[in-house]
Amino acid sequence: MSVQHYQASQFKQQASDALANQTLRSNFRGAMDYLQQKRKDAFSDPQELAQLREHAENIRQRCLSKLPQLLEQLEKNCQANGIQVHWAEDAKQAQQLIAELIQSQGATKVVKGKSMVTEEIELNQHLEGLGIECVESDMGEYIVQLAKETPSHIIMPAIHKNKQQVADLFQQHIKDFDYTLSVDKLIQTGREALRTKFKQAEVGISGVNFAVAETGTLCLVENEGNGRMTTTVPPVHIAVTGIEKVVEFLSDVPPLFSILTRSATGQHITTYFNMISGPRRAPERDGPNEVHLVLLDNGRSQAYADEALRKTLQCIRCGACMNHCPVYTRVGGHAYGTTYPGPIGKIISPHLQGLAQTSDLVTASSLCGACEEVCPVKIPIPSLLQRLRHDAKLPAAEQTPSLKGQASAASWTEHTAWRMWAWLSTHPSIYNWAMAVGVKLAKYLPMPMGEWTRCRNKPELASQTFHQTMKRRASKSLTRSATGGGR
Amino acid sequence: MSETGLRIYPSKPSKVYFYATCLLDLLDPDGGLAAIELIEREGVEVIWVEKQSCCGQPAYTSGYQEQAKTVALSQMGLFPKDYPIVVMSGSCAGMMFKHYPHLFANDDIYADQAEAFAERVFEFSEFLAHICRAKLHDQGPLTSVVLHTSCSGRRELGIHASSQALLSQLDKVELKKAEYESECCGFGGSFSLRHSEISQAMVEDKARHLQGSGASYLVSADWGCLANINGHLAYRGEASRFNGQHLASFLWQRTKGAKA
Ligand code: SF4
Repeated sequence: MSVQHYQASQFKQQASDALANQTLRSNFRGAMDYLQQKRKDAFSDPQELAQLREHAENIRQRCLSKLPQLLEQLEKNCQANGIQVHWAEDAKQAQQLIAELIQSQGATKVVKGKSMVTEEIELNQHLEGLGIECVESDMGEYIVQLAKETPSHIIMPAIHKNKQQVADLFQQHIKDFDYTLSVDKLIQTGREALRTKFKQAEVGISGVNFAVAETGTLCLVENEGNGRMTTTVPPVHIAVTGIEKVVEFLSDVPPLFSILTRSATGQHITTYFNMISGPRRAPERDGPNEVHLVLLDNGRSQAYADEALRKTLQCIRCGACMNHCPVYTRVGGHAYGTTYPGPIGKIISPHLQGLAQTSDLVTASSLCGACEEVCPVKIPIPSLLQRLRHDAKLPAAEQTPSLKGQASAASWTEHTAWRMWAWLSTHPSIYNWAMAVGVKLAKYLPMPMGEWTRCRNKPELASQTFHQTMKRRASKSLTRSATGGGR
Repeated sequence: MSETGLRIYPSKPSKVYFYATCLLDLLDPDGGLAAIELIEREGVEVIWVEKQSCCGQPAYTSGYQEQAKTVALSQMGLFPKDYPIVVMSGSCAGMMFKHYPHLFANDDIYADQAEAFAERVFEFSEFLAHICRAKLHDQGPLTSVVLHTSCSGRRELGIHASSQALLSQLDKVELKKAEYESECCGFGGSFSLRHSEISQAMVEDKARHLQGSGASYLVSADWGCLANINGHLAYRGEASRFNGQHLASFLWQRTKGAKA
């Protein structure tokens, strides 16, 4: 399976293509309007929301502040529960590790619940190369898998498709599909196709929403029941998670869970909430015989090492920031060319892929702040974007490389231009003179306004600056007071 | 209102400093004069410091923090007395109120100064509505207006609420709402140049929604957004009367001649 490949470094071209695609744009606008409304309805009391957010933020910050210690505790308690714990430093290591676990079972048939971290490590492609079939069991993921695409949203992977497009896909891929545009029937068809896969699967792979250090419990939030099937039907369950998902106490979970689902889809609770605390025990009649947990770093410890950037890891992957982002709403998830699109993608991807690949992403924001306003754990996304912009532009001499790709967007011309601007802005008499001359000569000066005038006229400058106006006003009032006049 | 917009306001001072911002300087001196008239009518003396230039935001949002700091520091030094500083744009006020302290947070020498300075910064409509508690007496004919607020003004200061409060005092002006009111107009400083196609999609939608409100006039307390939206309206040849003006100009036109 060759998945259509988008790249962060091609953001501008991909965004341009997306903007030209009217179906895609109306699919996204409609879906995002719907999700925004759902979230709004779920948080009708602003004061309660403010409290919930503050509480959630505190929990995440407390847990991150003890990350190394909590990870050790998690490992110990998972092991005590019979969960086998593995560590992976990067995507490659994780791929190999998971493939070995599957191969050691002699397995070739795998089902996988929705998990962005396995998208991040491109697990499906890797397994397919080894002759292992890995079927997505979440309906949205299943649809994008059939379409040979990657998810375009972290919560709703197939949100960019309308029902017609889904029906066409089923027509191509599912035998005896009775063509229909009824959403209920489409879902029914997908579910039936997946049932067979669950029965055949020898290994089930899932993500993790919260990993509880105190008890060694893995929590999984979902709506379709596919997560429960994936983690209980096959004899082996492999859970994969980024290291930042650990929480300290079991009591940390309910507040995070409640704000997660309400921020994401406006649901107060989801249909399923799985708490996995180990493999099947002696008298139990279901559940896997083996449970594995893979803890993935893949650039996260880089974010962790810097106090400001660490806030990136507070994310609980609700997707609210993308649902409210005016850029995401217009270009959709694929344009970003990253596993995590939208505002969160812009601040986490530089750690996963390096700033050189992602420097266009960090500038692709008007810093409107809609993301920060809705983020349930109060990640200051605009400030982090500004920080990353700064790091990308650091002049080479000031470079203290702690971030992959730091200074990769440094440009001598740009830097010099800003230095001149700063000089001018701090020399008032020259500044005032330059502005006054500017407004006089604007008509005759060639202004590099190419990108501006793509859809706008040049700004109309005043005939004299405010500085000049105020000078006149002052001299007038002086004359007035000298001649005894007043207003 | 955004949480950061909740501020405890001081009582009305006798004097204020006036911060025009670089865009108002170049694009709209009349808006600045209108604002001064409105403030003076409240019995507050307005002090104009000629040496001011720009708040530093363009460099800051472009990733040039050192340059932004240099400029910020020079501006902070221009307002020595402890009078409030009234700023003619929400995004510049947001820069001074929220980002100056952030820029100097780890600076041993200037951190306190930046904090103290930020405390004195008020956006124009915020100052007029919450500190002067201005009472406006509408003198104009029946009309309607739609308000556009900058994202930073809205989310960092909550000034959409103070602009609304002022406009709603005008009893012959109907305040119309636009769809997607809180969505960004797509300006974002260098964003509009670096990602011009996305910015275009945003400003096209914004202009359509504002016009769709059916209002006769467009006002805003932010020249960044206005330059963007007006530029687009003009490009489509639809500028005319709907061309956005600064809130101060509109308020002054409607109320001049009235007693405070
Ligand atoms: S950054 Fe915040 S809003 Fe965005 S996905 Fe993460 S938790 Fe949700």
